[in-house]
Amino acid sequence: MTLYLLRRLLSLSLTLLAASIVVFLVTEIIPGDPAAFMMGINADPAAIAALRSELGLDQPVAFRYLNWIVGMLQGDFGQSYTYRVPVSELVGDRIAVSLPLTLYALALSTLIAFPAGVFAASRRNAPGDIAIMGVTQLGVAVPNFWFAMLLVLLFAITLQWFSAGGFPGWDAGVLVALKSLTLPAIALALPQASILARVMRSSLLDTLDEDFVRTARAKGLSRSQALWGHALRNALIPVLTIVGLQFSFLLAGGIIIENVFYLPGLGRLVFQAISQRDLIVVRSVIILLVFAVVAVTFLVDIAYAIADPRLRRQRR
Amino acid sequence: MSAPPADRNAEGNFLGAALRHPAFIAGLVLTLLFVGAALLSYLWTPYDPTRLDIAAKLQTPTSGHWFGTDHFGRDIFSMLMVGARVSIAVAIIAVGIGVSLGVPLGLYAAAHRGSLLDEVVMRGNDLIFAFPSLLLAILITAVFGPGAVNAIIAIGIFNIPVFARLSRGAALSLWTREFVLAARVAGKGRARISVEHILPNLMNLLIVQGTIQFSLAVLAEAALAYVGLGAQPPLPSWGRMLADAQTFISLAPHLALFPGLAIVLTVLGLNLLGDGLRDLHDPRLRRART
Repeated sequence: MTLYLLRRLLSLSLTLLAASIVVFLVTEIIPGDPAAFMMGINADPAAIAALRSELGLDQPVAFRYLNWIVGMLQGDFGQSYTYRVPVSELVGDRIAVSLPLTLYALALSTLIAFPAGVFAASRRNAPGDIAIMGVTQLGVAVPNFWFAMLLVLLFAITLQWFSAGGFPGWDAGVLVALKSLTLPAIALALPQASILARVMRSSLLDTLDEDFVRTARAKGLSRSQALWGHALRNALIPVLTIVGLQFSFLLAGGIIIENVFYLPGLGRLVFQAISQRDLIVVRSVIILLVFAVVAVTFLVDIAYAIADPRLRRQRR
Repeated sequence: MSAPPADRNAEGNFLGAALRHPAFIAGLVLTLLFVGAALLSYLWTPYDPTRLDIAAKLQTPTSGHWFGTDHFGRDIFSMLMVGARVSIAVAIIAVGIGVSLGVPLGLYAAAHRGSLLDEVVMRGNDLIFAFPSLLLAILITAVFGPGAVNAIIAIGIFNIPVFARLSRGAALSLWTREFVLAARVAGKGRARISVEHILPNLMNLLIVQGTIQFSLAVLAEAALAYVGLGAQPPLPSWGRMLADAQTFISLAPHLALFPGLAIVLTVLGLNLLGDGLRDLHDPRLRRART
């Protein structure tokens, strides 16, 4: 088990290292000089040169890359070119919006998808199953930003239950803040819940066809007893993977939704930073999101190994 | 063990089974509808979709303008037709990039299982999968500038590992089959076996995955266009029409309705088509349904 986890950890660390090189090089070729951008169009070339050296932009590429990596490992993400504050501070403020939004959406998605998937599987090919599959088929096809606009139209403009956008901050009270994240979270959750419900259903149907469920039924358990007591636990493994994948999907999907609702999250930060050539912010946010994806993948692996001892033995 | 007799029977009955598969028919009709609209837009649209007519701005649907007009008085129906062209072209080329690079990589990796290149291909896939796809697409379009071509590249890159992984996995199991062994005994090389024996057996799988990736590409293109990184004006695109509509959402909600429905129906059509093809090509699934 330890050996297995160490191997996974090594492989994920290598992925992260490769990702950091890619992100660094890609942001390196973004056209436009950050120093010139910060000084404005009428700036004196000498002043731009001075700023470039102050920002360390005149150093060799490899040196700047190492500087960035070593700094990040020590928790120092550098200084934003445009905001003139530490990137970690800037990112910290934005994570306080993006992470709760992601978790909120993930919770909604799971809460909707699990019962829907189990219900559909327990009534295979009955009207209830067909209705749920129809709705999820539609849910997968709806772009979340369009769904967000429809939610705004109905709940913010027509019914005026929610505000159409903006974030009051956590200082305004947890409930007020959560309320402003509700429409964005629903918009993010719907397509994901549809995917998850479909996976839940098909995984459960596969498990229900297996021999041990038939044995349980033969021993006198009712269909629903066999489903809840035996099949469900075993059907959860593929579902767990999808939940793990959805975390990163939602975190990144927030980029668009944050723009619809004018939420001050990581997504809007990336957009602003790209347009202002604030490369250090762009880099840090992207590598942070990649780190989140890799970390969640690792956690799912651990959960797997705990849930299913066979996997541990197989991979060793 | 090459093609079992049941499969041949299934191929023969394909058309009959397809006609009795309502989801497949619905998917096919929707897909053909949008492809047809896109093609027709080259020959005819009710109005010139770039023609501004401020006097007729923000009209609700009428007999003159079937879906109404936008804030510049442009005809929405005509814009949707041309938008279908953009959407479908971006998606086809992006998926094409994924197939034409991913499938050879996957086949090569499977044919040389355990080799250095196999390892490189698979780790490269892991690397691309570690990036939230939309984020890297935004970054790519930020580097190379917004526009349809760069949207194609950004979406295409993410399709490469999808097809590489799929074809490697399926090819690996085919390599253990007897008809492949027979080909090896007959003296065929790995490359020739991959092309002549493995690839034809992957076609069904690739077509099904292709329609799924196609629908994801339509959604991705719409998202990029919505944030201003897709096709640029005056070329209409569904995503940008929605971004424009957002400004007028309380004044003219119908502006947001039609482009959104166009995206949903296109994606729905492609998904139904993909599901249908999968059912029809997999006799095991078809039996389970009936």
